Amino acid sequence: MLDTLLDDLRFPIGLLFLIFSLILVVTGLILPLKPGADTNLNLFAGGVMGVFGLFMLVTSILAARASASGSEQH
Amino acid sequence: MQLSFIDYVVISIYFLFVISIGILLKRKVKSSTDFLGGQGGKNAIPLWITSLAFISANLGAQEVLGMAASGAKYGIMTAHFYWVGAIPAMVFLGLFMMPFYYGSRARSVPEYLSLRFDEKTRLLNAFSFATMTVFSSGISLYALAILLKVLLGWDFGFSVLLSAGIVAVYTFTGGLRSAIYNEVLQFFLIVLGITPLVYAGLRRVGGWSGMQAQLQPVMTHTWQYMGSANDNPMGIGLFGMVMGLGFVLSFGYWCTDFLLVQRAMAAKNMSAAQRTPLIAAFPKMLMPFVVILPGLIAITMTKMGGDFALPFKADGRMDYDMTLPTMLAHFYPSGLLGVGLTALMASFMSGMAGNVTAFNTVWTYDIYQAHINKNDTDEHYLRMGKIATVAGIIVSIATAYLARSFNNIMDLLQLVFGFVNAPLFATFLLGMFWKRTTGHGAFTGLLGGTASAAAVHGLTAAEGKGGWLLPGSMSPLHEFHSTMGQAFAIAITAWIVCFIVTVIVSLVTKPRPDEEMRGLVYSLTERPQETETRWYLRPVSLAAGVLAMTLALNYIFH
Repeated sequence: MLDTLLDDLRFPIGLLFLIFSLILVVTGLILPLKPGADTNLNLFAGGVMGVFGLFMLVTSILAARASASGSEQH
Repeated sequence: MQLSFIDYVVISIYFLFVISIGILLKRKVKSSTDFLGGQGGKNAIPLWITSLAFISANLGAQEVLGMAASGAKYGIMTAHFYWVGAIPAMVFLGLFMMPFYYGSRARSVPEYLSLRFDEKTRLLNAFSFATMTVFSSGISLYALAILLKVLLGWDFGFSVLLSAGIVAVYTFTGGLRSAIYNEVLQFFLIVLGITPLVYAGLRRVGGWSGMQAQLQPVMTHTWQYMGSANDNPMGIGLFGMVMGLGFVLSFGYWCTDFLLVQRAMAAKNMSAAQRTPLIAAFPKMLMPFVVILPGLIAITMTKMGGDFALPFKADGRMDYDMTLPTMLAHFYPSGLLGVGLTALMASFMSGMAGNVTAFNTVWTYDIYQAHINKNDTDEHYLRMGKIATVAGIIVSIATAYLARSFNNIMDLLQLVFGFVNAPLFATFLLGMFWKRTTGHGAFTGLLGGTASAAAVHGLTAAEGKGGWLLPGSMSPLHEFHSTMGQAFAIAITAWIVCFIVTVIVSLVTKPRPDEEMRGLVYSLTERPQETETRWYLRPVSLAAGVLAMTLALNYIFH
């Protein structure tokens, strides 16, 4: 299954954006807003990247599972 | 611009991922086709990846930084480069030209020219393309190093070697597949890294209506001021825009540039290859909202006054090229600033990797295998592809240094490449749709078109450029409102001359027998059987959807 996961581009993309999301959310919670800013952009971007990263990661894992169960049946 | 520790962490993580993808894909490279690209096979790349790579290969620094700059300078009219200058050509490529590229089993665009015409036409195209790609790659590297020096104070040599080194690792280990995978990663990074800027910027200026209230109407309309070249800041009239950009330049680039076509050719079958540019057209038509809107927001904020203003150059003119970096520095806090900068660096590296992987294919298949060493083992050509990758990167580094010392040489080279590219689409159009076209006709037409392009540039002038064929005392035959208008006129002339010369020479030279041209010419080729069962995913349905949405966007912003 790991081989299939590593072959699927969705996996590294999902992983990268989840890591970025984590960094941005933590930074957004810790750092004060930039002067004049009315939105916590780190939190906003981190949230969007988190949702996207999770989606890519989950779809790649589901695809790898389906592929693994398919080859077991054969 | 000051980066914090967390920004450097973000940049480092990205570099680590990019290199890891190349190393992970190394085990998939067993033949020259795995490394250099080819069609279908067991290692075919999924459609969604080839589609995103198709537009990412074009999403280089020029697009990301250049379109933001044009947005600030010319307004939403810059979207013509997408809605007129890209989408129709992408649809044409998918529906009409891809069946020939893919169906002919050619491994590259020059190889198609060899199958359809002859070796001299292939060599002319392969040589000019290979030279152009390594120089373009070097110019990308140069621009990135200059940007990093201006923004972060990084040493020029360090930036060049770091960026080239990373691109070298992932293209050398994973070949075309690695370049394509990283292009897709870079696409998402650019979109997700710049979208928060658009969001924050739109909130600051009061949305689209806020920009309309602050800016002159010409900045917020695409078609309304196209009646005359005098009426808009681009200095382009309707004919120049539609014929020059919308037909000659756009079709010439999107339908014949191997760098792009190579991504579609990596798809698993004919249907997927046809759908690659069509599916790519959907995100492509929305890219103006990511790359042009920041420019419009920046110029609006500059006009509003307050704490933001675009910088000025030493000569007192506004430095539009710094639009995006200035916006990033203004809006982005630590963390997101690292992501934004990574997105910028990704766009430069994506442009470089795309050029290097197209160069190594054309060098190995169309120059080395076709003319230097014809009958060697596949292992040998794989090795040659890898050597070409390293050589391409070394030449790119040398070009970056050359550009730093002799900037005018780079301008001259880009000008000459423009002359060579301008007539290309006439050759392909005639070759694919008129079976009477001969190799001699195509070759002479290309040379004639290139010569006419140079002549128009040498006899006319725009913004102090051109006119180099005229004696000192003579004034130019025509003075264009802008260099962009001049470029469009050059392209139109080159295309027409190439078309006419090709037709005349073809009529007086001997055509190839029909049997030799099956699969290469429209009238002698069976229409491909559609394998996609769902109607909405068939090429024709996708094309209709793309065109309808593009028309709607043109109407909304007219």
